[in-house]
Amino acid sequence: MNDFPFLSVLTAAPAVGGLVVALLPNSRPTLAKALSLGWSLVVLVGTITMYTAFKPGGDRFQFHESYRWIPSWDARLTFAVDGIALVMLLLIAVLVPVVMLASWHDTDGYGAKAGEDRHSAAPVGVVPARSASAYFSLLLFLESTMLGVFSAQDIFLFYVFFEIMLVPMYFLIGSYGGQRRQYAAVKFFLYSLVGGLFMLVAVIGLWVLGGHTFDWQKLVEADFTTGTERWLFLGFFIAFAIKAPFFPFHTWLPDAGGAAPAGSAALLVGVLDKVGTFGILRYCLPLFPNASRYFAPLALTLALVGVIYGALLAIGQNDLKRLVAYTSIAHFGFIGIGIFAFTTQSGTGAVLYMVNHGLATGLLFLVVGMLAARRGSAAVSDFGGAGKLVPVLAGVFLLAGLASLALPGTSPFVSEFLVLVGTFTVNKTVAVVATVGVVLAAGYVLWMIQRTTHGTVNPALAEVEGMKRDLSLREGIVVAPLIALILGLGVYPKPVLDVIDPAVRATLSDTGSTDPAPTHPAPTADAVSKESGK
Amino acid sequence: MGSNVHFAAATGWLSTFWLLIAIPLASAAALLLLGRRADRWGHWLGVTSVAASFGLAVSYFFALRGVDERSAELRLFDFIDVGGLKVDIGLLLDPLSVVFVLLVTGVGALIHAYAVGYMAHDPGRRRFFAYFNLFVAAMLLLVLGNNYVMLYVGWEGVGLASYLLIAFWYAKPAAATAGKKAFLMNRVGDAGFVIAIFLMFATLGSVNFDDVSNGVGALATGTATVLGLLLLLGACGKSGQFPLQTWLPDAMEGPTPVSALIHAATMVTAGVYLIARSHPIFDAAPDAQTAVICVGAATLLIGAIIGCAKDDIKRILAYSTVSQIGYMFLAVGLGGVAYALGLIHLLAHGFFKAGLFLGAGSVMHSMNDQTDIRRFGGLWKPMKITWVTTGLGYLALIGIPPLSGFFTKEPIIGAAFDHAGWLGAVVGGAALLGAGLTAFYMTRLFVLTFHGPRRWTPDVGQPHESPPVMTVPLIALALGSLAAGALMMTSVVDWLTPVFGEHAESSEHWLITGATMAVTLTGVGLALVLFRKGTETEEQPAGILVTAARRNLYADAVNETIFEMPGKYLTRALVFLDNRGIDGLVNGLAAAVGGGSGRLRRLQTGYVRSYAMSILAGAVLVVVAMLAVTLG
Repeated sequence: MNDFPFLSVLTAAPAVGGLVVALLPNSRPTLAKALSLGWSLVVLVGTITMYTAFKPGGDRFQFHESYRWIPSWDARLTFAVDGIALVMLLLIAVLVPVVMLASWHDTDGYGAKAGEDRHSAAPVGVVPARSASAYFSLLLFLESTMLGVFSAQDIFLFYVFFEIMLVPMYFLIGSYGGQRRQYAAVKFFLYSLVGGLFMLVAVIGLWVLGGHTFDWQKLVEADFTTGTERWLFLGFFIAFAIKAPFFPFHTWLPDAGGAAPAGSAALLVGVLDKVGTFGILRYCLPLFPNASRYFAPLALTLALVGVIYGALLAIGQNDLKRLVAYTSIAHFGFIGIGIFAFTTQSGTGAVLYMVNHGLATGLLFLVVGMLAARRGSAAVSDFGGAGKLVPVLAGVFLLAGLASLALPGTSPFVSEFLVLVGTFTVNKTVAVVATVGVVLAAGYVLWMIQRTTHGTVNPALAEVEGMKRDLSLREGIVVAPLIALILGLGVYPKPVLDVIDPAVRATLSDTGSTDPAPTHPAPTADAVSKESGK
Repeated sequence: MGSNVHFAAATGWLSTFWLLIAIPLASAAALLLLGRRADRWGHWLGVTSVAASFGLAVSYFFALRGVDERSAELRLFDFIDVGGLKVDIGLLLDPLSVVFVLLVTGVGALIHAYAVGYMAHDPGRRRFFAYFNLFVAAMLLLVLGNNYVMLYVGWEGVGLASYLLIAFWYAKPAAATAGKKAFLMNRVGDAGFVIAIFLMFATLGSVNFDDVSNGVGALATGTATVLGLLLLLGACGKSGQFPLQTWLPDAMEGPTPVSALIHAATMVTAGVYLIARSHPIFDAAPDAQTAVICVGAATLLIGAIIGCAKDDIKRILAYSTVSQIGYMFLAVGLGGVAYALGLIHLLAHGFFKAGLFLGAGSVMHSMNDQTDIRRFGGLWKPMKITWVTTGLGYLALIGIPPLSGFFTKEPIIGAAFDHAGWLGAVVGGAALLGAGLTAFYMTRLFVLTFHGPRRWTPDVGQPHESPPVMTVPLIALALGSLAAGALMMTSVVDWLTPVFGEHAESSEHWLITGATMAVTLTGVGLALVLFRKGTETEEQPAGILVTAARRNLYADAVNETIFEMPGKYLTRALVFLDNRGIDGLVNGLAAAVGGGSGRLRRLQTGYVRSYAMSILAGAVLVVVAMLAVTLG
């Protein structure tokens, strides 16, 4: 099974499908949607097959493929995944069909567009139907580039995917988004592009100083002087810190997340941004281990500020999508802490956090999208008492919120716990301050829930026609797999942890980090009882 | 102390005790997933699942008696296994947990049955029972976990159930706010708890009860003290102890069966369980024990003082709960022989306070859901069963022999006086004073509700006794208060010996007993004199102390001034800063670099060049700053 060229095929497949869908006439929107959904489900099946073929205890990188590309630069089409990339691929493959189904009516056009009219209670204006084939083919193209960026094992190839990925997302936000979509799309594009420029400089520097190659393995073994390593690290780090985003590079995210259609926002924040934290793990740490350790205090500080800052700002938002975007800034802070604490638990927790955040925040964005589509507005103040009108949807909203605040029993708890417990063993202050962020998370989630679904019913809300429909069957199918994964992994995270853990340990050994031993290991006198307990 | 804790593996019938949790959990899931299809019979499923758990609990109790080690540990599967951190989905049945299991399922089943009647006319009854079952499952996980992470998972689970049930009538703004407040204040405490877990792993390399108990002796006293204080913070949040007590009275916004089960009998005593379960840590940290004692003594007085000034029957009982849990904290803080005393008081309290709440619910049921005791009076006649059962609960609470409270509270007061040094005298005195105050406010509650002239509001028709599905649980709980006292004093203490170890019997406290009875009777007498003939139906002007007590001793005001208002302003300032400051800085730099302020207006249109420049400038600034700091 390992001989099948999974990665290249999976990367190319959605783009091929996207091409077919793009060529469909605009008069056949349902065909375009169905074809896209079906195709993304095929990709999901392929990805699951690959996931089961992956050997957790085997080689660090598996499904290795390498093809001739630009010989004069020693750039090759090299694909390979470790456990970290693998779980991200699975996340993408799961989220894309879910998002497609959630976006089913996004292009149909209706009375008012989500988030467009945030101050008046009644929907105004009519949004014309837009091309479904273009929208869904963009989603497929986006899936291709996202799969590619996590599968690439050649630095130039990674860079190419890193930049191309922006294009479909730019159009998704700019053409299909809500109010201020142009502004948000341009801002998103430019921020990422400038980050990309920093990376490009570093990539070129790496090529020049690292032996005229883009091969990851060779570059890991290359030696740099201390100063060079630090500069190259910064080039990559700034690109990734903008993408993730870390404080203070975050201001594009609320605009982009607030303006994007809910489904695209779920993909943007759930997956695309993870390229930033993934890039730090795959490129910054192994390529520049000394610089990574050198800059770790700075990175930890930025991440920690993000945790608190994002949470406080989330509390202050009046737009649900912007609110969720700010919560993500806080969550990215936790991921950053986990990475730069350099312990097995915190690193594994950070990667698991990347997966869980994709599921939980993806769900949250989609549910917010469902609410906003009904209301014709994503403003918190336009809701109030929605629980009486759409009880099931409000229940799902609560569940997504509880996952977002990392309640035990949901999968984000496992990752947050691992990040904090691992960080605590090396840096008590950071872990304790980050725990304050955990308290604040309860604040923004519960206040959001209270202001939207609790209390007396907002009279203007009760008159909106959309609020008379509770969760539909289609929406139920959208949320069900995400809820199942959130609860399932919350109780039994082992299948994912077993894949992540070896990859994180390999990454940490690249940086020469080891876990601190317990200061007073508990006596193992009861080892006998443990064995008999099995 | 606790240097060789060892749990035996569960075998035979005992290896199925995970069913205790699984049954109510499955019932909760079914009730939520089936939706309206389960509306007609869902409540009976809810009652049956808890009753089934109780039946199983009794069988496990007898099975455990047949095991020499008096423990049964069940490691189901790996939860987390990363690096050196290994956490099982593991359960432990031992004398301590089985006592809680019996309390939770036994009292829980009675209150579930009562709720069938109490919630009969509520359209959300199925949802109510789903949440109620979820609570029972989470509470059982809390007391049955074999490591601190499992305990924490259950701990948060009951917090969730508590939130859902306080805010059950979520369309009522006060209920929604109270639910959120409970969750948030609990989270503050939970932060302490979870940091304690981090510290256990960092120092001892394990979070299992046995490893931590066996390893804590090797820790420096300072570390053990920090560990104890962090756990205490968690316990204070969950149990409504000072300074995190203000959520508990607000939690009375929930339906009365919730108040009885969650906010009186079981969940709020989880803090006592946590401290009792962690007794090796506290034994190794005398300073942390002193902190527990002080928290307990302070809270028992705070609760009792405020209880005297309230007019809402449920809030009086809520402050009474705060106060009684203060006694339990005092006991487990004293340690040694008093651990068991705290737990028997917890058990006794579980019975009589649940009974009192259900009695209050029965009264509210016939009084149009009113809760103001100034508008009750003379209810003994139409509601005989409620009157008698509530009366027994009342006498048990104030500690009149031969009811249970006498056997469980008075020894705590005695143990407090036994504590060495001036602290013993102070906390003993506080506990003694608290007994008098308890007698006063409870007599006031009882007399104003059931005796004296009728002060009913005009809309109340003919008060009536509640249906049997409600009165039978009332009678059962009252019998518990009647019979349990003497039983608990002897056999429960012996039963718990494997957990807490042998301790010398404390000396006879005939002097303490006499003093306690004297202050109790004084409190009763004073209240009788004042309220025998009823009371004004409106709030009267009062002195400083009464006014302060009516305002919850200004605890809410303090929280608001210190945390809420600054937090609000900080959030607003940050939102402004983020929009105008950081984003503005970026945009502003762009304008400056891009040449001329005339472009400022057009920034929002998103010029490629200006954004590129701004981000470049920002990034360069950061890099330069970093290098200046790191290399310079």
